[in-house]
Amino acid sequence: MRQEVVLALLAKEPSHGYELRGRLRQALGPLGDAMNDGQVYVILGRLEKAGLVTSEQAAGLPDRPDRKVYVLTAEGQERVSDWLVEVSWPRPDLTEFHLKLVAAAAAGLADPLAIVDAQRRELLRRLRDAQRAALGERDGSAAALLLEGIVLRLQADLRWLEACERTWTGRRSKR
Amino acid sequence: MISTDTATVLRARGLRRDYGAGEALVRAVDDVSLDVAAGETVAVMGPSGCGKSTLLHLLGGLDRFTAGEVWLAGRNIAGLGERALARLRRDTVGFVFQAFHLMDELTAVENVELPALLAGRSPRAARRRATELLERVGLADRARFLPAALSGGQRQRVAVARALVSEPQIVLADEPTGNLDSDATADVLRLFDSLHGAGQTLVIVTHDARIAATADRLITMRDGSFVDETRLTGGTTGSLGALAGLEG
Repeated sequence: MRQEVVLALLAKEPSHGYELRGRLRQALGPLGDAMNDGQVYVILGRLEKAGLVTSEQAAGLPDRPDRKVYVLTAEGQERVSDWLVEVSWPRPDLTEFHLKLVAAAAAGLADPLAIVDAQRRELLRRLRDAQRAALGERDGSAAALLLEGIVLRLQADLRWLEACERTWTGRRSKR
Repeated sequence: MISTDTATVLRARGLRRDYGAGEALVRAVDDVSLDVAAGETVAVMGPSGCGKSTLLHLLGGLDRFTAGEVWLAGRNIAGLGERALARLRRDTVGFVFQAFHLMDELTAVENVELPALLAGRSPRAARRRATELLERVGLADRARFLPAALSGGQRQRVAVARALVSEPQIVLADEPTGNLDSDATADVLRLFDSLHGAGQTLVIVTHDARIAATADRLITMRDGSFVDETRLTGGTTGSLGALAGLEG
């Protein structure tokens, strides 16, 4: 998880680590199960070292990380603002798969269609999991929206695999 | 001779369907074997023209095969005459089609109860069952609507209710989401998922990945043959969190 995510969650108000964890859990729903709870504290530690947050001990309580209240510094505020307007988007890595098919066919190493089938199996399993999780969410929950995005992406990848299948079926029958 | 145990609702062996002859011979379905266990959902995927719709028609006794054998609810259908086959179909199979195939001049509830009436149920019993099913598919308030007054997704849910009215041992669905937009697809998806949860045996032929992903088992078909088969249950390589790009 990027440091900026934790930073932005902290922008609402000074918070304990467990409050940030709660906000993450709510936004991610079942996807948050993969999150390591300690991760938030590790990131907060790094942010503190970098001068983007400061922390103060809640008075009269023992020195434990979840007793600390974290606050954004001016520099931290600025980092969050920059992050919000930054246009970044993960690039799907289709090239490797495409070249796998090309190379397998050229060298006669494997049937490209068998490679497509194997990939489809995996993507459909993922789609099944994501879809089941989505069906279990309330309409309009933050996690449902994220899951919809994951489902749509998997559908796009599966459609591309169909195109791969068509093309390689055509090439095979011409051979 | 292969024996059929009670847990296998549908069994096919060496199924073949030819069209035309000589130079123009097309083998639409070529040596397909399949077992569908009670309570299982099986999806057959493949490009258009791969023979998956033809296969579904053969499995449901809507079309005659050139060679092979099909056991439906334990009965070998090859030897059955038209009338006996129609009766077996009526009693054991529910069909769902891409184009819904509802009767335009009948209301939703009348469409749903029709097969039950044809099977000899009393009008009261048929209406009660149809009403229950419309409730189950979330359309209790649309019972008296004509199909023309319903959205595509609602029509398909009526068609699913109709398919269930005779308590079929198996439902065969041909591109059930093929004519639907994304929201209507989600409704049908939810419905199929709940049928699956209730133990209904289902075979779905489709090229829609979303509906295929509700299945336990996925079969890939090309040029009339099964080329790949896999279980979709249990065994993704990663967690849901990994799908979202979160580190574990």
